[in-house]
This record gives sequence, C-alpha cells and structure tokens, in this order.
Amino acid sequence: MNLTLKIWRQKNAASKGKFVTYKVNDISSNSSFLEMMDVLNESLVNKGEDPVAFDHDCREGICGACSMYINGRPHGPDKAVTTCQLHMRKFKDGDTIVIEPWRARPFPVIKDLVVDRSAFDKIIQAGGYVSVNTGGVPDANSIPISKINADLAMDAAACIGCGACVAACKNASAMLFVSAKVSQFALLPQGKIEAASRVQSMVAEMDKLGFGNCTNTGACEAECPKEISISNIARMNREFLSAKVCAPRV
Amino acid sequence: MAELNSKIPKGTLSTKWTEYKAHINLVNPSNKRKLEVIVIGTGLAGASAAASLAEMGFKVKNYCYQDSPRRAHSIAAQGGINAAKNYPNDGDSVYRLFYDTIKGGDYRAREANVHRLAEVSNNIIDQCVAQGVPFAREYGGLLDNRSFGGAQVSRTFYARGQTGQQLLLGAYSALSRQIKKGNVHMFTRHELLDIVLVEGRARGIIIRNLITGAIERHAAHAVVLATGGYANVFFLSTNAMGSNITAAWKAYKRGAYFGNPCFTQIHPTCIPVHGDFQSKLTLMSESLRNDGRIWVPKHKDDAEKIRLGKLKPTEISEENRDYYLERRYPAFGNLVPRDVASRAAKERCDAGFGVGETGLAVYLDFSDAINRLGKGVIEARYGNLFQMYEKIVDEDPYKTPMMIYPAAHYTMGGLWVDYELMTSVPGLFAIGEANFSDHGANRLGASALMQGLADGYFVLPYTIQNYLADQFRITKFSTDLPEFIQTEKEARERLERLINVKGTQTVDSFHKRLGHIMWEYVGMARNEQGLKKAIVEIAELRAEFWKDVKITGELNELNPELEKAGRVADFLELGELMARDALHRNESCGGHFREEFQTPEGEALRNDSEYMYAAAWEYTGENAEPKLNKELLNYEFVEVKQRNYK
Repeated sequence: MNLTLKIWRQKNAASKGKFVTYKVNDISSNSSFLEMMDVLNESLVNKGEDPVAFDHDCREGICGACSMYINGRPHGPDKAVTTCQLHMRKFKDGDTIVIEPWRARPFPVIKDLVVDRSAFDKIIQAGGYVSVNTGGVPDANSIPISKINADLAMDAAACIGCGACVAACKNASAMLFVSAKVSQFALLPQGKIEAASRVQSMVAEMDKLGFGNCTNTGACEAECPKEISISNIARMNREFLSAKVCAPRV
Repeated sequence: MAELNSKIPKGTLSTKWTEYKAHINLVNPSNKRKLEVIVIGTGLAGASAAASLAEMGFKVKNYCYQDSPRRAHSIAAQGGINAAKNYPNDGDSVYRLFYDTIKGGDYRAREANVHRLAEVSNNIIDQCVAQGVPFAREYGGLLDNRSFGGAQVSRTFYARGQTGQQLLLGAYSALSRQIKKGNVHMFTRHELLDIVLVEGRARGIIIRNLITGAIERHAAHAVVLATGGYANVFFLSTNAMGSNITAAWKAYKRGAYFGNPCFTQIHPTCIPVHGDFQSKLTLMSESLRNDGRIWVPKHKDDAEKIRLGKLKPTEISEENRDYYLERRYPAFGNLVPRDVASRAAKERCDAGFGVGETGLAVYLDFSDAINRLGKGVIEARYGNLFQMYEKIVDEDPYKTPMMIYPAAHYTMGGLWVDYELMTSVPGLFAIGEANFSDHGANRLGASALMQGLADGYFVLPYTIQNYLADQFRITKFSTDLPEFIQTEKEARERLERLINVKGTQTVDSFHKRLGHIMWEYVGMARNEQGLKKAIVEIAELRAEFWKDVKITGELNELNPELEKAGRVADFLELGELMARDALHRNESCGGHFREEFQTPEGEALRNDSEYMYAAAWEYTGENAEPKLNKELLNYEFVEVKQRNYK
C-alpha cells in the first residue's frame, strides 16, 4: 500500500504545532498502524529528520498508552480496538490519513502525538480504590458475590485508561472513564462501604481538572476500544445523586 | 569476591518463613518515617511493594518510564494467578504448589524461596479480592478456578483473559491511595540510568526525566529494582516495546551478580511471525490449552498443501491429524509445561509438518470444545482472546483453528538475590521478574503474577526491614556526595557518547540484528558451536553499534530514539552474557535446551552431579570475562527426578 500521511507535529508543549505531510510506500496490509508508523520513523531517522513521537508500549491493546486521533476518530476507523491493534487492511491503497493527538484541554500536548494524561491518575488518586492495607483481610471466599454483579464489575473494570472517551467527546468529558471505576466498586460489596465518598471525590476532582460534562451523545461508548457501556454513566449519576441526598459530604 | 550467602533460614521447610519473620529486626513506626526507599518500576512487584511499604510508614519514591504507573507490562498478562486455596477440592495444598513449581522449574530453583511463595499465594488472592479485583465467579458467588500447564489441579484464579490487568489495577489503586496521602512520591516518564553506591551500599539512583531530558540524582536508604525481564533481547518478544534490562544491567555492573541469564522462557502459544516489519509478538494465553487441542497434519504432503493454500485445516479428517502433545505426553496432554510444549512444536515444524505460509506454525483447535460446550461457553471463557486473534490474523478462530508458534516471553534469570531478595550489593533489592529466584529453569503458567505480588505485598515488606533496622541513624543523604556526582557524570557521558556517534544505521536495525543472533543461537535449542559463534557475533555487533549508530534529536528533550539506544546498548552486553551462561551449562534443563544433552526421546537431559547450582555471574570490567560464582542447590526436602509428564 502507498499512503499519504498528514501528521500533527509539535516540538514541545510551548511551541506551536502544524500538520506535515509524509508519504509511505510498500506498506503491508497485514501490518499494524503503529508498525506503519515505525516504517515512517525509520525512514525519517535515515534521512536525519526527527521521528514522530507517539506513546505506545504493549502493542496488544491493553496498556492504554497508544492514543492517535485518526481521520477524526480516536484509535481510527475499526471498532473496539486501540491504535496498536488497528491493522492497515482497514485502509485502502492511495488513502490519505490524518493523524492528530488527543484533543482536550486536560490532556496538553507534550510533543507531536504525545499528550499528558496524568489527569486520569489524579482522578484515581482522589478515590478510585478500596481503602485496605496489605494484610489482615478476610478469606477471599468469605463474601460471596453474585456472578451477575461480578461480571458487570469486570465489564467496567476492563477500562484501559487510554482517554479515547475524552478525545471523542465534544465536551471533553471524562464521565465514561470515571463512571467505569465508580461502577466497578459500586457493584462489589468491598467497594460499597466507601461508595458515597468515592463518587463525590472523584467527580469533584474530574471537574477541578477541567473535564466537561456529559450531554449523552454516546460518542465515548462508540469509540471506546474496550466497549465500556454508557450505562456506567447512568450508574454513576445515580450513585452521585444518592450520595448527595443520603450521605454527608466528605 | 563476596561470599555467596543465600541466607536460607534453618529449620524444616514449612516453618522457615514463619521462623524468619519471628526473629527479624523490625523498625518502629516513628523511625519508619525517617527512612526512604526507592522503588524502580510499577508493575505487579513494584506497585505492590511501593504501596505496601508506604502503608507501613516508609517514605517511598517510585519511578516508571511509562506515562502512568498503570501501564507497566504486568497489565498484559492474560491467563491467571496460581494459589493453593484448594477451593475446587481437587487435592491441592501449599506443598503441592511448591512441588509443582520446583518440578516445573526442572530442579534449578531454591527450595526455601519456592515454599515461601506457595505459602503466601493464598494471601494474595485474599488481598486482591479485598481491593475489589473482579475475579471470575461461579453462580453461587464463590471464586472460579481453571487449569494451567504443569499441574493436575485447578488452582488458577482469573479475571477473563485480563488477569494481569485487573491485578495490576488493584496494586495501582493501592499505590494511588498512598500517592494521595503523600507517602509515595511518584515519578512517571523517568528512566533509570545508573545506581549510586556509597561505601558499598546502594544509596540512590541517577535518573533521566524523559520529557525534559534532565538528568537527576535521587537518594534513599535502600533501592528496590522491580524492572521486569529481558525477553526484548530477542527483539521480537511478547514484552512491551519499552521493556528493558537497563536497571538490572547497571546493577550488575555495580557489583550485583546476575543469576542464570540463559534461563529464558519461550512461550508455546503466540501468534506466528508474519513479516519483517513486525515489531512484536502477541501471546495467546496458555489458558487456551484448557480447551484447545494442538495438532499438525499427520502426513507431510498435507502440511505442504496447507502451506501452499491448497488445503484448509478443517478439511483434514480426524485420523489424519497428529495431536502430538496428547500422543507424547498422555498424562498431561495439552497441559504440559511451556518449555516442553514449545520444543515439541519446534520439533514438528523442523520435521516438515508445520503449517501457515512460513511452515512455522501449529494448530490450536477449539472445534471439539465448541461441539462439547457450545460456542457461548467458549466465548465467555476466551472471548477477548479470540477477538484479539481475529483482529491480528483476520481469521475467525471459532470456525478455523488458530495458528500458534513459540515466542520469547519471560526470563527466569535475573539479578541473583538471597532469601531476603537482596542482591549481592547491600541495600539493593530485586523483586518480581527482575530477580532469578523462584522459577528455576522454567516458569509455570500463572506463576509470574503470583511471584510479582508475593514479593511486593508479602515478602519484601518484611525482609527489607531486616536491612533497614539500623539505618534510621543515617538521617539524610546528600545527593552532592562525590559518589553521586561521579555516577551522574558517567551516565551523562555515556548518553553524550551515544548521541555523538552520528553514524548511519538506526537503533532498531541493530536491535533486529541482535534479535536474529539471539533467536538463532541462544533461543529454543542451543549448541556449543552456535553459542561460540553468537559470542563473537554479538561482540562484533556491539562494536559496530558504538561506531555507527544513528540517533536523531538532542539530549535535553523527549527523545525516543535516544531511549531506545540506551536500552539496546545494554541488550548488546547482556546477550553475550546469556550466550556465555548457556555455553558453560553443559546440560539441558527447563527452558535451556542444549542439543548435545538430550534423552533418546528428545527430552531435556539434566546433569545434576555437575550443574545443580545457580550460576551467579560477577562483572569484572569492560572487555574482561565475567567470573562465575556458584550457589549450590541443596534439595533437602524434595527428591530430585527426571521430569515426567507422560
């Protein structure tokens, strides 16, 4: 395949970015999108030019590092995959592909396609845990959990924290990410004890960091590589409301 | 040379750990606040250690090269985590988990460590459930188990095909809680450049901020390396792109011994290599071997037709298939340990029975299981793995068998540590895959997660206290000590040297060439001639690298090419040590298979009278041969036998 790439280049957080056009030739349709980017970078290095910086690590769709906005969609045109699992067979020979970083104020660009997603870590730090120390916990089978709830908790816990939901949302809302963690714990007896304080702290942190609100367009769910359901947002709203009404503010 | 003292406690096997804990020195709560510990890495071992130490009251500084601690490569572990709970009532026990691990490791691991691992395995499951890890459950609400290779019981706990992710997120949540409390200072996008020794003790690190390129000095009372394994020395592996040996290698060059570097694990069920542009290999969880049956065509001409695309696997009738694992190992069948399964696949492919375009693949077939259990059950068990396979290969594994082939996956070797997980450098600890201690010459499936969390949650938090007990008297370390300044200078000069080579060949091109040498001569099967050749070729490649590598960009900016170059430079040194270790070990054991040493049936032939030891290599200087130290393995409690899975 021969392709034209329009890639966002930005030297660092302080400088102004712009699109630069590159050509890549003889790309195998069996290669992954990032392997195509490797080919481009190898050719740039050989020419003595600065290669395109992008986040990536596991290359099997689970670490959540890769984060490219491809032809106007987070992680590109394929459904339920991260950029690293997107394969070139989803494109046609001669295509022009536009590649941008995540666009959201809480995710500032560091360089080229690399953005700073530490805001997600800060939201987890605000309450995305069960407050237990190592040791002194009961036997794992002492509290039975219905399989239905355990499976729903697992569906929510599958979130990889990539930020595609924020990038997809016109409001740059982090509601899908936050609700996935809130839901996971709200569905499990271990997490229920702190449920009221958790949802309030995490939502407050999300707001403080500048993420927008949810207007139910559903773009997050449609673009989520792990197909996290928007019903988690409904669950979070319910948790939040009941916490506000029934539990004292923490 | 320092004495190789493994510090194994006295007493019977089952009481060693209890006795040890009862008699170690502890640090009182007010003194813990005065003690700082550096933890490098945020995988299962690093995150769990950092969180646990902080909960206890120590001041922790934790570092990772990724943009978030949640992205460490433990996240990619799929299948599960072993524990001796015996919930399925199928005869499991701490002893049996210990025994299976020792046997699976082909009698090259330390008994006392492995027994301790089995003892704390149950605590790990309790801990993770309390953290809200959504393990798979039965309809009655209790935890579900499945089977993994090398065991005849079901002791593997799992969270779909994402067990590593869920366990890591559990540890990450505990870590996040301590970061919020101010007990852990987290540094993301930082990569270790060197370890600083003051008066022979590990007292700090030199680290590079990957965003700004700034080189920083950080001090602490002890340094813990939880930096994972080195399978990326093969270029193509199941490891993350950034996984590297640098921290452990710097430790080695600062005096920590490197244990059994040649013990690497080639995982039998990975998606086969499909082209030169390929950047990594994807694992298909070993749990698939619970329901999948591995086969190749019984007749060579059928295999030939399949390779040419003239025949489909589904067109080959049952009697014309060779389920070679079931044939060779009836007792364990498709669930033999990884090293055995990998070699058997290689044997069939080398003999001309391989499938796929390259002939380097075998089938993993679910049709029997789908017929028996229905598609829904298989989908519930392995849905995400099947989806991943389809995305990569563009074939539907519900309809046609998967193609798999072995790939470099895990390294049993690593920094030599004593019973307290301390390296031969006082104050420098190594945990998780970074150390050599628990898996001998071959690791069983679902035991890496177990070891990472055992070390981090339940072992290191005790053993490090024994070291730190008298250290609170040393209140503050200045990073302006000459040792810090000198080590920083050396680290900076090395990076400058790299960037100033300004040669003509890219970092990746060197890494690929190294990978070819390693896979060819230091891979699944090794021999004297090949290993000698590898030692020469790696040295030549290393020299060429330092003369002709081309790195773009500057030192003081985000520079992924420079990061890769630093890692490859270390792999180019490690590769040689691996080959030396493989050459010196004139026997086959576990993942180390020397073609000269095999039984008439082609099984690994150990030489217990000469090689029943852990090789602990000591660095003796640039261009000098490393020195071999031996820790003799004394099997007091287990009868040593030839492994038999037949």
